[in-house]
Amino acid sequence: MATRSARRPKVLLAASLLVVAVLVLPLAFLLTEADGAGVSNVWHLIWRSLTASLLWNTVRLTFVVTALCAVIGTLAAYGVERTDLPGRSIWAVLVVVPFAIPDFVVSFGWSSLSTWVQGFRGAVLVMTLAVYPLVYLPVAASLRGADPGQEEIARSLGASRLKTFFRITLGQARRAILGGCLLVALVILAEYGAFEILGFPTFTTEIFTEFNIVDTSVACALSLVLVLLSLVVLAGESASGGGGRVSHTGPGAQRVLTRRRLGRARPPVLAGYALLVAAALGVPIGSSVYWIFAGGAHSLTGASLGSAALHTAGYSLGAALVATTMALPVALLVARHPGRLHLFLERTTFLVLAMPGIVVALALSYFTTHYANSFGYQTAPLLILAYSIMFFPLALVCVRASVAQSSLSLEEVAGSLGVRRFPTLVRVTLPLVAPGVAAGFCLVFLSAVTELTATLILIPTSAETLATQFWAYQQNLSYGQAAPFALVIIAVAAVPSYVLGRFFDRLPRRGLAPGPGVRT
Amino acid sequence: MTITLYNGQHVQTTEALVAAFEKATGIHVAVRNDDEDVFDAEIVAEGPRSPADVVFTENSPALEYLQARGLLAPVDRATLGHTPTRFDSPQGDWVGVSARVSVLIYNPSLIKKSALPTHVLELADPRYRGELALAAGETDFQPIVTSVLRTYGRDAALKWLNGVKANAGSHVYPDNETISEVVNRGIVAFGVVNQYYWYRMRAEIGASDMHSRIAYFAPRDPGYVLDISGAGILRSSRHKAASQRFLAFLVSAKGQEIIAHSISFEYPIASGVTTVQPETPFDELRPNPIDVGELGTGSLAVTLLRDVQLL
Repeated sequence: MATRSARRPKVLLAASLLVVAVLVLPLAFLLTEADGAGVSNVWHLIWRSLTASLLWNTVRLTFVVTALCAVIGTLAAYGVERTDLPGRSIWAVLVVVPFAIPDFVVSFGWSSLSTWVQGFRGAVLVMTLAVYPLVYLPVAASLRGADPGQEEIARSLGASRLKTFFRITLGQARRAILGGCLLVALVILAEYGAFEILGFPTFTTEIFTEFNIVDTSVACALSLVLVLLSLVVLAGESASGGGGRVSHTGPGAQRVLTRRRLGRARPPVLAGYALLVAAALGVPIGSSVYWIFAGGAHSLTGASLGSAALHTAGYSLGAALVATTMALPVALLVARHPGRLHLFLERTTFLVLAMPGIVVALALSYFTTHYANSFGYQTAPLLILAYSIMFFPLALVCVRASVAQSSLSLEEVAGSLGVRRFPTLVRVTLPLVAPGVAAGFCLVFLSAVTELTATLILIPTSAETLATQFWAYQQNLSYGQAAPFALVIIAVAAVPSYVLGRFFDRLPRRGLAPGPGVRT
Repeated sequence: MTITLYNGQHVQTTEALVAAFEKATGIHVAVRNDDEDVFDAEIVAEGPRSPADVVFTENSPALEYLQARGLLAPVDRATLGHTPTRFDSPQGDWVGVSARVSVLIYNPSLIKKSALPTHVLELADPRYRGELALAAGETDFQPIVTSVLRTYGRDAALKWLNGVKANAGSHVYPDNETISEVVNRGIVAFGVVNQYYWYRMRAEIGASDMHSRIAYFAPRDPGYVLDISGAGILRSSRHKAASQRFLAFLVSAKGQEIIAHSISFEYPIASGVTTVQPETPFDELRPNPIDVGELGTGSLAVTLLRDVQLL
């Protein structure tokens, strides 16, 4: 797919280096602060039993949730893509929408229902329901693209259904599953709001507590440990083959899919889907509606729903635009000119996914106040830049999948016809990668709509977003007032996640490169 | 004319005050909400270019911290005159606006009132293992730590904090609102919060859903601490006159009446105004005599909390 171009990609490389330079700002900030606190001091702060207990909490949660997401996401995708499940096109959308519900709304919904949803078990439940779509989306896309003929061959050679599923189907989806798991693990490392509501201390919640104490050296030290953890996750994913290439299994015509008949398994499978949607979608929406009617005296006025929704939409659209624009050169560079340096640059950008929003926000505050004469401080562009940095990897995986899919030969034809590089980019390459750009745009938009922690720090004075307003009310136990904001967040986010679901649903069956989370 | 307010106080308290001030003076107040310690860190980082004119905090240590770094400008003497001297900065760079007091919140279905501790040191008693909810990172907890430290010395305070930590176990929460909620829902037996969280929770969720009560420490116990909320003007402010008017308004009879009627349930402390809310009258409280100067910047408490690894 990705042929090495004879031309040296100077412009692409320069643009990518610029993007990567922006993306490592948070890391530079952490190192600067840690250096200021003194290496031995930082070491002393890290080398404590508190760190060990946080590490234990964070690691076991990451393992359990990632495993559960892998199972749920893969099974849900298999059912939709490979079986004769009734109502497939509806389920295909319904199982994606939960990604649009902020994790802190899911935890609010569940924890306000029952005191059982607390601590570790609460965190496992809530996070699994909130992020399994990150596995579902790429796995569904890759099952759609893989050749079902292999399953039939395996069956005809006498392999049992179960064996075929494990050997062939999972084999085909392996990289997509690993890619999805990588995103899940990184997102959990950086999660804050849900764990705060559930009372489950992890590295990130402790980092927040520490940033709320004037001396930030401990917060920076802990953040560096978090960076190391995410390096371990990235290395683990690479070692298990997630970083490899997808090989084409059938360059010729692909067999038309014969869906596996569910038969007697149909009722329990349907019940499973219903249960998943009820838990991931029904409970947060249901409890929000409940609290609107059951809420108590309204002590806060705050920003109106309309103005908060406008701010949210504006910032999120800006971020989606900037992040996908930033992702283009990096995706083109890595897909068209693979090489160690370029792959290294790309992998570096994944680190930001595990950085808590507060670290990204404080880094930008720090650099603007220290080195830019406070230019842009507490303005919308800086907030948009923060979102773009935080969600850049999501844009990248989508754009890159499309770039890898699009044929280089069309660009070469354009070149041979004397079209210059830039017009070729605009007239040939961009239309080819448009689906990935659109998907990346939607994913970043969704994530920005639900972003809370960086927003609290960088938002322009007097402005409110849906997330900050929900948080203010929820923190104040004003559930009745918080609930409408949760519903509007879900409504604003539902449209792009519907688009996203349809995007993956309509991908052509043949020649499909993997969706988000998978590097080819 | 617009002044920028960094508001570390609860949004309810500030909203009503700002609205009345804007109406009375025509001066617009741009409000930024966050935790007081976040603002402290931001103001230090922003230096002379800070966009903030006024900083309004829940607790005195956050103001003492800024004052110690020379970041606050002196408050008009007339404004200071409205609040009893012991509730103002000893140096005169910030003014006390309202007060709260630390209490025990407990769930009677899990622990009887008679079984509750009455002295702060008892919080570390092993018989409360697993029954105590704690918000170690909450700025409201630090004054209690400072108070114990001043009364009993560092060694005893360390021993006490270790006992508190053991009793809390996994029941460590981010803030007082969460403590109030988990105690009310019966997840943990009791915790230490400021009194207004309980009243505010009752106002929000309704009396029928209240399954918790509050109790006081013994009179003058080191755990029975008055927390002063206050406001100061940044030295770097370019709107000092308007900012002084805002501070004057906060402690005026009109501003204090707003606090007295607010369902934020804080105690007004200036201009002779008293609360109209159905809670223990301010002059019937019997807190420990520790004052804002002795509470300081809270850094000693933070060091101690780090030593026992609660932070």
